[in-house]
Amino acid sequence: MTEALAIAQKIFIDQGLVLGFATIGALMWICAFASRCLTAGRIHASAIAIVAALALAWWGGEITGGKKGLADVPAFAGLALLGGAMLRDFAIVATAFEVDVVEARKAGLLGVIALALGTLVPFVVGVCVAWSFGYRDAVSLTTLGAGAVTYIVGPVTGAALGASSPVIALSIATGVLKAVLVMMVTPFVARLIGLDNPRSAMAFGGLMGTVSGVAGGLAATDEKLVPYGALTATFHTGIGCLLCPSLFFLVLRAAL
Amino acid sequence: MAIYGTALLALCTLLGVALGEALGVLLHVKANVGGVGIAMMLLIAARSWLARRGHLSAGIKLGVEFWAMMYIPIVVAMAAQQNVLAALEGGPMVLVAGVLTVALCFTLVAVLGRAMGAKGAGHD
Repeated sequence: MTEALAIAQKIFIDQGLVLGFATIGALMWICAFASRCLTAGRIHASAIAIVAALALAWWGGEITGGKKGLADVPAFAGLALLGGAMLRDFAIVATAFEVDVVEARKAGLLGVIALALGTLVPFVVGVCVAWSFGYRDAVSLTTLGAGAVTYIVGPVTGAALGASSPVIALSIATGVLKAVLVMMVTPFVARLIGLDNPRSAMAFGGLMGTVSGVAGGLAATDEKLVPYGALTATFHTGIGCLLCPSLFFLVLRAAL
Repeated sequence: MAIYGTALLALCTLLGVALGEALGVLLHVKANVGGVGIAMMLLIAARSWLARRGHLSAGIKLGVEFWAMMYIPIVVAMAAQQNVLAALEGGPMVLVAGVLTVALCFTLVAVLGRAMGAKGAGHD
């Protein structure tokens, strides 16, 4: 029995990253099942997985008293590397590969306007709400504003500016809530907002930004519109990651 | 060779992050300024350059696209190691910010879609 424990312990330590792949794979599989069977595919599996991961992080924090969520549990220590800044940034950069410059140009002026508004408006809303909840330092305000852009822009901005982990967690939570809301609400308001053609789908993608939210929301509305929305949405995170920790932060810091 | 794609991705990421760091020093910000965004633009530029030259092989694509597909799982792993316990203290703020942002953006989709839709119809 003690030998089995020793082997398990050795695997936890030596195979951390591999164990992380298996853990996340299992989590995604369960969430894909939940998405299909409990929500009839309406809520994207990735959104459920992220919410589940945040719940597990809460549980990890509760039982270990640490600051790194589930990664503080020895068996899941590999998640710290898998979900760490290095691989995260690496994978985000890789998503830009899907963007075709010729296709992107077709999105044209509408896409550009939507992207600009889709970055600025959520940021301003996020900053204003954070301000009203008592945050006053430029780093926290920028991170929380960036979280309202997407759940990627928040942590990327927070990590770049050196925001505290609770603030980064809040910014992720805001972005995740946004993604989940977009996924769930889009099919119901699609007619109301005229979301029934490629043009408005591009505006939608640029404004909402959150790729999983946009893809999930459009898939539940009209599958043909998905690529148009995703095309502008894929620019969103990059533009947010470029502007939030730089221009927006500097403007905000100057304003304070 | 898939490794060429992954190496290209690594090169773009490293260059972007380095430029972001340099920009941070230049702007006197103790931060990486838009490194990830710059890296994305470098990758888009590299892709179109390779495509124009006819060097964009299936292997190179595979080496990059694998990591693009790993993006959601990595984000899930990232979510699993956040300090959620501390975040919960600010619960209402998340709700207010999230709902307000989404509501405002949906309104803007309607406004923008109609404004540009009418203008676009004039051109058609």
